Amino acid sequence: MLITCPYCGPRDVIEFTYQGDGNRQRPQPASQNLDAWNAYVYDRLNPAGDHNEIWQHSGGCRAHLRVVRNTLTHEISSTAFARGDHNSVARHRAEDKP
Amino acid sequence: MSPRRSEAGGRIDRLRTIRFTFDGAPYTGHAGETLASALLANGVTLFGRSFKYHRPRGVLTAGVEEPNALVTVLRGEVREPNIPATMVEIYDGLTAISQNRFPSLAWDVSAVNQLGGKFLSAGFYYKTFMGPVIGPLKGTRFWMFCEHFIRRAAGLGKAGTAPDTARYERMNAFCDVLVVGSGPAGLMAARAAADQGARVILAELEPHFGGSANWSGETIDGMPAAEWAARAAGQLEGRDNVRLLPRTTVWGYYDGNTLAAIERVTDHKETPGKGEPRHRYWTIRAKSVVLATGSLERPLVFPGNDRPGVMLAHAAERYANEYGVLPGDRIGLFTNNDSAYRAALALKKAGAVVVAIVDVRPELSSEMRKLAGEAEAEILSGHAVIATEGGKALSGFKVQRFDMVNGALSGDARSIHADCLLMSGGWSPTIHLASQAGAKAEWNEALQVFLPPKPTTRQWIGAGAFTGSFSTAEAIAEGRAAGLSAAGATATPAALPAIDARPGDPDPAPVFEIKAEGKSFVDFQHDVTADDVRLAHREGFVSVEHLKRYTTLGMATDQGKSSNIPGLAIMAEALGKPIPQVGTTRFRPPFSAVSIGSLAAERFGDLKPERLTPMHDWHVANGATMYSAGLWYRPMIYGHPGETIEQAYVREARATRESAGIVDVSTLGKIAVQGPDAAEFLDRVYTNMFSTLAVGKARYGLMLREDGLAFDDGTTWRLGEQDFLMTTTTANAGKVMQHLEYFLDVIWPELKVHVTSVTDQWAGAAIGGPKARQILAACVSGTAVDNAALPFMGIVHGEIAGAPVMICRLSFSGEMAFEVYSGAGYGTHVWEALIEAGKPFGLVTYGLEALGTMRIEKGHVTGAEIDGRTTARDLHLDWMLSKKKPFIGSAMMDREGLIAPDRLELVGIVALDNQPLNGGAHIVEELDEANPHGSLGHITACCYSPALGKYIALALVKGGKARRGSRAYVSDPLRNRFGPVEIVSNHFFDPDGSRMHG
Repeated sequence: MLITCPYCGPRDVIEFTYQGDGNRQRPQPASQNLDAWNAYVYDRLNPAGDHNEIWQHSGGCRAHLRVVRNTLTHEISSTAFARGDHNSVARHRAEDKP
Repeated sequence: MSPRRSEAGGRIDRLRTIRFTFDGAPYTGHAGETLASALLANGVTLFGRSFKYHRPRGVLTAGVEEPNALVTVLRGEVREPNIPATMVEIYDGLTAISQNRFPSLAWDVSAVNQLGGKFLSAGFYYKTFMGPVIGPLKGTRFWMFCEHFIRRAAGLGKAGTAPDTARYERMNAFCDVLVVGSGPAGLMAARAAADQGARVILAELEPHFGGSANWSGETIDGMPAAEWAARAAGQLEGRDNVRLLPRTTVWGYYDGNTLAAIERVTDHKETPGKGEPRHRYWTIRAKSVVLATGSLERPLVFPGNDRPGVMLAHAAERYANEYGVLPGDRIGLFTNNDSAYRAALALKKAGAVVVAIVDVRPELSSEMRKLAGEAEAEILSGHAVIATEGGKALSGFKVQRFDMVNGALSGDARSIHADCLLMSGGWSPTIHLASQAGAKAEWNEALQVFLPPKPTTRQWIGAGAFTGSFSTAEAIAEGRAAGLSAAGATATPAALPAIDARPGDPDPAPVFEIKAEGKSFVDFQHDVTADDVRLAHREGFVSVEHLKRYTTLGMATDQGKSSNIPGLAIMAEALGKPIPQVGTTRFRPPFSAVSIGSLAAERFGDLKPERLTPMHDWHVANGATMYSAGLWYRPMIYGHPGETIEQAYVREARATRESAGIVDVSTLGKIAVQGPDAAEFLDRVYTNMFSTLAVGKARYGLMLREDGLAFDDGTTWRLGEQDFLMTTTTANAGKVMQHLEYFLDVIWPELKVHVTSVTDQWAGAAIGGPKARQILAACVSGTAVDNAALPFMGIVHGEIAGAPVMICRLSFSGEMAFEVYSGAGYGTHVWEALIEAGKPFGLVTYGLEALGTMRIEKGHVTGAEIDGRTTARDLHLDWMLSKKKPFIGSAMMDREGLIAPDRLELVGIVALDNQPLNGGAHIVEELDEANPHGSLGHITACCYSPALGKYIALALVKGGKARRGSRAYVSDPLRNRFGPVEIVSNHFFDPDGSRMHG
């Protein structure tokens, strides 16, 4: 299986570490809603088809990626930085301005 | 001249004689031929004994699908069993032996198994090894005793015990088009793709490119097919964008068009060339794959079809045309299709007498009658072979009139004298790789084959016999089209090489089995008969997957290459269903046997990288016994001559508490946490506050997992307003790093924090004991180390012997102690300076055992207690749980189950019988040595405590805190250790910390 890292290009899966279900929604840190925390920590989808996943390029640039992988065919339809726009060059440039 | 070698013909090098031995007897052959071919040329017909019945077996095929003629090849002390003789290229000095026979191949005592055929039927193992359920042997080990002998009688070759001295290697390759198989289709595909500029790899499992062109006797482009193939391969070899891989079996088809192949680089050589590996394991990533893997001829199922001398028709044709070997002098053929007629003619031309062609079909085309006439063979249409005659070699066969509509036999049986009987039950496309890739095969009624589906993408494209196009003309046309398509080009009309081939209808008659008296083999290698398949059906096995497992049909080393379709057909008939409704099993990798050595390649022996601290060599030179802790090597003890481990660590720990000791702590995980939001980040990650920590101070911190359980602990030092140095336990360094990165990347990307692993950048030495400060004062310059300058948890910067150091006053041993960090390159230099400075003060070096002893005395926790099941409260670390802020795990840590009163809690244990305790031993309320029960918990760490003069331990015990001061017992039935203990606080020694605060 190849995963296309936005930094490093297509790389073999052995360079990556699976870091869990990408659908998890972490409650606000101070939230006392135990059901929401339970869902975040324990509830997992197990779809036969496209699945949102987090993979870390642990043997490469160490970035976390959001990967959509088909669990039946291992086909990967998209990869993106998990940091989203926090990683974008535009954002950093904008903040660097005095 | 060998008895069966023809005068001319074939591509063997008749001028080069090769000498080899089989079962100790010397033979000769010619360069370029296989062991099977050379032995046939020498008149050998008996190659092995069968798996269950020890029946004599000859060679059935000429290629990779061979089920019978398995041999063991010896190279020095190294033996490699179960190699098809059809795949062994002979070389001078080749030593091969037959298998599964005792005492010899010709005279085998276990051949009596044939008489017990009923007893060894399908499901034999499952039925037999239930053992007696009544009678005197019920419930005894009698059957296990018998099993040993039965298993020894059944089987294949024996694996060797000598280490394999050969070298193996791995290769990665990338290409636009991988062509698997180099028959006319594969060669055309490779050429067409290469002409488009594509990077092409052409893999062929045989030594020579050309596939069927090497023995078909046809003419392509005006020249003999073999010559055309050799020229085509030669043209490809000279091109920069083509890589040719002969002797390379593509055996696995994986996700993302990743294919696995094994190249047998030197198996055919007497001695490998310089630097050559024996096998090379290829990982090939191909944009597109052309499957030109051809087809495999099927045997017919009839009584005695396994007798030596019975062979597939094309195999004999191949031996005659490619190796100049006749498998017999008087040859009969038995067929359900036209392809056998071409074989008959080839053998006639090579000098054999073709006595008869027995064809199940009542009507034959005039072309076939003409071919039979040319072969001077008697035609017995509408007939079938019902038996074979002879012992270890065929002497003849019996035929009877056969009605292929209802399978009925009629009329008188007639015996025909022959020393070789060729059979052809039609051809099955080699669809294994497509099946591995996920393609569902579809039954083609006319061709009586499973065909791969038409591909809808360019992932793979089929060509030639693989797609059911059995003629060379079709293979050439399809090959070119597939090559173009795989390279991304559109097919254009072009003049194709002209083919001169024998005529023939590819459709066979739908006849798989002749039902008559006697054992009719379906799976030759696993000795599965047609009756076994029917027995499985009668016993209720209706799924083809169950049939396979129950009868073991197709589960031998040949993976049923010749037996799958006949087995399926017989099952379908028993079920009264058409073949497509019965379905077929999915093929899985590997296509054929793969050496374990090639999979391991250079990765053998100790696979772990070794992590050594900067002071490693010093430890080894100074008598340390090194101990592997994860990937790290750490000193366990610095033993004196004659000391036991316990004596050594007790001496080291005692000396540390009396004067001073020094230990290498470089293995601790170290992570630089830097940035404007570093303090905020640490507040979220740790259970306690770090934003309040002053610059130049350190704090002990605890992390939880998201589920509220304890994760890791360590001290974190604030080196600057936005600059922290976090330390983790040695074992968790990587996990903590990944944990931090995950939260920064995925959960809180808005935090401006950078984390960097700096474990290897720092060398660390912890020096502790009543004299520790004096020793530091004697060697540190640039800073004071007194209580004012360096209070508990304070950090100073200075120099030792000219090297810059960072010193933090913190204690794991419970003594007044300091951790001295220097750049890794200065590690040994600083360490030696500390040792030198400590000499007047009685400084000792101590190892992991003494470190552990002192931490147990202090009741500190490590990974043995933070075991993924314990909470902060269980470990009495609830004082670290801040109530002022949320942190990772704070929401989940108060769940019902995590605060229950009967949870395992950390306690101290003192042995009251003054005997050693063991990790993993249970703590119980009532001692019952005969029937140990009622565990309250277990010991996590133990030692002899020099400070207390007792054997002590830490343990996790149910409701442990409330049990302090009570008696219990240690129950350790595995090590037969039982005795009274007292449960106490985990803080055995100096509980108020007066020594370290000093």
